[in-house]
Amino acid sequence: MANKLVSDMCLPPHLAHLLAARRLTTAKDVLSLPEVELMSLLDAGLATARDAVCRVSEFACPPCQTALALLEERVRLGGGGRLATTLCGLDEALGGGIPLGKLTEVVGPSGIGKTQFCLKLALLATLPECYGGLNGRVVYIDTESKFSSRRMIEIGQKSFPQIFRQEGLAQKMAGRILVMRPASLSDFTKSLEQMKVTLLQNDVKLLIVDSVAAFMSSENERGTTGFTQHPLRWALSFLKSIAELTRIPVVVSNQVRSQSNDDGYHYSFEVKRRGDGDGAERLESHLVAALGIQWAHAVTIRLVFESHSGQRFIKVAKSPMSPAVAFPFIVESSGITLLNDEGIDVSGPEITSIRCQGQNLLGLLPFENRG
Amino acid sequence: VDLLLLIFSRLYILDITMNCNSTASHSFKYVAGAQNAWDMLSEEQSQKHITTGSGDLNGILGGGIHCKEVTEIGGVPGIGKTQLGIQLAINVQIPVDYGGLGGKAIYIDTEGSFMVERVYQIAEGCISDIMEYFPCHHDKSSSGQENLQPESFLAGIYYFRICSYTEQIAVINYLEKFLGEHKDVRIVIIDSVTFHFRQDFDDLALRTRVLCGLSLKLMKLSKSYNLAVVLLNQVTTKFTEGSFQLTLALGDSWSHSCTNRLILYWKGNERCAYLDKSPSLPVASTPYAVTSKGVRDAGSSSCKRVRVM
Repeated sequence: MANKLVSDMCLPPHLAHLLAARRLTTAKDVLSLPEVELMSLLDAGLATARDAVCRVSEFACPPCQTALALLEERVRLGGGGRLATTLCGLDEALGGGIPLGKLTEVVGPSGIGKTQFCLKLALLATLPECYGGLNGRVVYIDTESKFSSRRMIEIGQKSFPQIFRQEGLAQKMAGRILVMRPASLSDFTKSLEQMKVTLLQNDVKLLIVDSVAAFMSSENERGTTGFTQHPLRWALSFLKSIAELTRIPVVVSNQVRSQSNDDGYHYSFEVKRRGDGDGAERLESHLVAALGIQWAHAVTIRLVFESHSGQRFIKVAKSPMSPAVAFPFIVESSGITLLNDEGIDVSGPEITSIRCQGQNLLGLLPFENRG
Repeated sequence: VDLLLLIFSRLYILDITMNCNSTASHSFKYVAGAQNAWDMLSEEQSQKHITTGSGDLNGILGGGIHCKEVTEIGGVPGIGKTQLGIQLAINVQIPVDYGGLGGKAIYIDTEGSFMVERVYQIAEGCISDIMEYFPCHHDKSSSGQENLQPESFLAGIYYFRICSYTEQIAVINYLEKFLGEHKDVRIVIIDSVTFHFRQDFDDLALRTRVLCGLSLKLMKLSKSYNLAVVLLNQVTTKFTEGSFQLTLALGDSWSHSCTNRLILYWKGNERCAYLDKSPSLPVASTPYAVTSKGVRDAGSSSCKRVRVM
């Protein structure tokens, strides 16, 4: 919409000529300027500038829908608009599963099971709809070389033995997953761009980026310009818009980093009240998600994978559909399994904290063999 | 000196004409479009507010969200800004018979966090609370009860999905015409006003000027069409007083643009709201809660989790 051409807008001739003469060809050019500046650029009166802005805005504005129409459309498209993860408690908390058309983030310390989760999702999306899948292709962008097709087939065989026993099905399913391995940030952005066409043309039903934080070094992030100037900013907009345009779920995995003095925690009106509470709070949760607060605002759903009290948990930390709730899980040969479908309610600062205690995760194998 | 004489003579003439005209009323009205403070007071007192769903929150806001004013609501991700936005879009539609405004809502979504199943759930929660507080009403007016369906509440929300800052500017400009055609709209919610301006705007000075223009337009719309404008904002960190603190995004000049500012934050395990800026109310904070029915008072008994189909 922003790139709509002024020439397509059927403006009255004098306006059209005026805008073309000043090289304002798209809606974006016209609307990015305040009215007064537009007036001086066009060398015309305020009324003309206002008229131009008014007409261009009307054309550039997206159409309006009532919420009821949205609901009816959702019902009509069927499938509940979700990709079920087969983890019952989690699916219930999320209203059916990972939502289509939105950006879901999976964040946690390394070795906790994020890639296992992504592998299972990739598999689920390729399955036929009668088994709860999306019956489509998957694009898996693997920035850390963690994708293991052997492991994925193993997950498939153990979770859906009846399907995978059939001849050639494993090959068919695996053949639907396209793995890309960009080596650098510029490769990553380039592959995203190329993928736009693939996503729109082919039957891609899921996009996974594992992980998006791989190319960010901590110096990049903590610079004073922060996220605003970072090249990943473009990737974020792209991922969100492609998710909505194609109505597919986009799952992104993120890393953690330790807290630093640069992270603000309190507002100015709070700081005056707190005395020495700061120190105790900081020690409790010494990890935060990478990519900063702007990224945290941008994702629609955030699933935090953490460990404490000797168990691992998947926590729904941000979701428009449900309050925060955590489920204990283990990683088995059939992928991730929830130990408890009821979940534990979480509130307060625990929602956003990421804990990594009690387990030497870096030393663990990707899964624990259970007989 | 000539100029001064000219001005004085004109004022003198004006004075004479005013004295001739104002025989009946003592109203002080020289300039077209201006209002005197007494008229404004009586208007303000008859103004209805949009309830937020939580009595305590309404209390610090002086009854609720005010029409004819721009209110900014900001907070960290996951605190419930979108929940409050959706709650207001539903509550503005509460029929006049039940103490509401009976108006419609415009919801401008820049982040894609508007999930329609949750809106349905909140609409159901609102209706069930109305039935609870007005048990005898719906016996009298059978037609009134037909209107109390979640679907009719959803039909009263006009939804725009904005994908870039150009579209955001375009929709705010287009609102003037839209509001002229839909005169029953009483609230405009923008969720969030920050997202595209933080993402894609490179020239920060230009951004400030554009945002200033937008906020002026929104204020003008709110006054001329008698509606409430609610802007949801994100947070960022700022280095003040020797440490990094949280503050609302978009900079210092934007912080002047809104009439009221409400900051949502975590206090221990509770969600709290802090009224940071208001022309007539003192700063105050109060806890509130987000339940399956929507935004309610803290400590309300409604169960927190309900399976959404």
